Amino acid sequence: MAAPLVRILSKSCRQISRPWGACQAGWRSTSHRPATDMASDQGVVSFPPLQTYSEEENMMREAVKKYAQERIGPFVSKMDENCVMDKEVLDSLFEQGLMGIEIDPEYGGTGSTFFSSILVIEELAKVDASVAVLCDIQNTLINTLFSKLGTAAQKEQYLSRLSTDMIGSFCLSEAEAGSDAFALKTRAEKHKDYYVINGSKMWISNAEHAGVFLVMANVDPSAGYRGITCFIVDRDTEGLEICKKENKLGLRASSTCPLNFDNVKVRPNTLHHGGPMYLEKNILGQIGHGYKYAIGMLNEGRIGIAAQMLGLAQGCFDNTIPYTRQRVQFGKRIFDFQGMQHQISHVATQIEAARLLTYNAARMKEAGRPFIKEACMAKYFSAEVATLTTSKCIEWMGGVGFTKDYPIEKYYRDCKIGTIYEGTTNVQLSTMAKFIDKEYDH
Amino acid sequence: MSGRVLVGVKRVIDYAVKIRVKPDNSGIVTDGVKHSMNPFCEIAIEEAVKLKEKKLIKEVVAVSCGPQQSQETIRTALAMGADRGIHVEVTGKDYEALGPLQVSKIMAALAKKEDAQLIILGKQAIDDDCNQTGQMTAALLDWPQGTFASEVALEGDKVKVVREIDGGLETIKINTPAVVTADLRLNTPRYATLPNIMKAKKKKIANMKPADLGVDLTSRLEVLRVDEPPQRQAGVKVETVEDLVGKLKEAGTI
Repeated sequence: MAAPLVRILSKSCRQISRPWGACQAGWRSTSHRPATDMASDQGVVSFPPLQTYSEEENMMREAVKKYAQERIGPFVSKMDENCVMDKEVLDSLFEQGLMGIEIDPEYGGTGSTFFSSILVIEELAKVDASVAVLCDIQNTLINTLFSKLGTAAQKEQYLSRLSTDMIGSFCLSEAEAGSDAFALKTRAEKHKDYYVINGSKMWISNAEHAGVFLVMANVDPSAGYRGITCFIVDRDTEGLEICKKENKLGLRASSTCPLNFDNVKVRPNTLHHGGPMYLEKNILGQIGHGYKYAIGMLNEGRIGIAAQMLGLAQGCFDNTIPYTRQRVQFGKRIFDFQGMQHQISHVATQIEAARLLTYNAARMKEAGRPFIKEACMAKYFSAEVATLTTSKCIEWMGGVGFTKDYPIEKYYRDCKIGTIYEGTTNVQLSTMAKFIDKEYDH
Repeated sequence: MSGRVLVGVKRVIDYAVKIRVKPDNSGIVTDGVKHSMNPFCEIAIEEAVKLKEKKLIKEVVAVSCGPQQSQETIRTALAMGADRGIHVEVTGKDYEALGPLQVSKIMAALAKKEDAQLIILGKQAIDDDCNQTGQMTAALLDWPQGTFASEVALEGDKVKVVREIDGGLETIKINTPAVVTADLRLNTPRYATLPNIMKAKKKKIANMKPADLGVDLTSRLEVLRVDEPPQRQAGVKVETVEDLVGKLKEAGTI
């Protein structure tokens, strides 16, 4: 059933003028591990529960949990207050190998799987959603783009830096191009042996610290979205201006900046056999294929955001329940009131459902199966669950939940962006509807 | 000198877990409870790995005695930098009766088999608080011991150990091969980084049974009963010294 669906989608790609979400872009993910071992001696197949992890995944999760609580926890409220990601936290993320989870060890990465990244992001988000999003963007967007599309030389130059000390930013959105991403106006004009980029980008995460920017610019506006190309722009390139970061409601420790491009020169790939390699200022992948890469990447990044929202919801919940078990009113724990129990159980169910959606989407992607609809569902649902959970948690905490002395209000502020970035809830729902519609074609 | 260090790592109930006594008072509840490496064993591994990084020793071998799950503890040690592991499989009733005497016999046998230059153990385990295994191991091997170490320095074929004792700090110099037990302030254990966790997968863990080492596991102890500590009773506040003396006399304590 899945295979014919893929073929139908590829055909429909050419017909639909807005390719957003509908085009699979032939994205095949390689599975590092086989699907969980199922056959027993009698030939009876038994399926382990979804929340089954390899030993390596368990160890990673435990290690990150401990690290996050001890090395990030103490900095969280200060970073939120000052809108700054602490340098010690940034350095330790690299030290722990959390910024190059899927990168090959030959480039200094961890060499693990997509699912491990998901678990890491979830654990980080339980402590600080800003740190989680930094890690998510690096792993699911930047590293994946370089790994999948980079030439040997580009991988050599960038992957080893991305896994050890350099942060990357993904630059797609503009002031006039959010959900309508491919209406982007940033232009790349071809000159003899270089391109010149002019324009501006908005809402660029990690920009304050990024050493490299993957910039989506159009080389041929007359071709519409088929002119969009992915350019690699180093931080110190002349003409690139990183503007003052936004003063946000939540994810305050994660920098979000507008960028200006004023005649920024970028060199295209040179096919060379020997000779000096001009590796800075490059194009990632093929000219005019940027839109495909963006969609493909964001389909995967979506699962990362689902993991972030999931971790956020769980972290908030974990910080609230102990209070409800201690706080006594009218002679009993507030946890013991039926009204509270019903609300708490409802929220716990939603979190569990979000977890299963997220883990399943991740496992499907690893197994090389179509996963876009499931990824949309996971992101949409997790963001909604995070909103519900954090709102309820403040209520359960009562007055103290409303103060900054307790961590709950930060979770509440941080969750809101979940329904907005990397594809708004409305976009996710529309994308899912397209898939559902196709499923009923005979 | 072989340059080989044996480090014992014990799988215990995680320090953060609230311990519960079984309803029949025969022991504590361990099923489904979170376990992790004994914190003092983490410090022991860290010290051994540090010595290897300083190139003072050549190989760190992590040893654990217990059921299948002990292998997770060994993997954590490998992820922290140990080179290989030895899992001595002890299960069921034998495992319940496993104590310092049995473990020290196993460690002694392994030390001879592996030609170890140094054995580093945690000073005690947080579940039984025995503080005996290191000392017994040294006695069985007739090796010197540096216990409660807050500093360890290898100097040629000797080890200088700064020990934490009740009166302060005591510095001793002992010959190798020797047994050292790690105290809290010896070092701060590193986190297992993700790349190291991946590398640990490729490191070898050898399996063996106590019988292979010629060790008899019979226990000389029988646990009769396990109880929770008595609930702390409320105290009484007094205003003056006379009141205090009066209350103490009432309680019959003076």
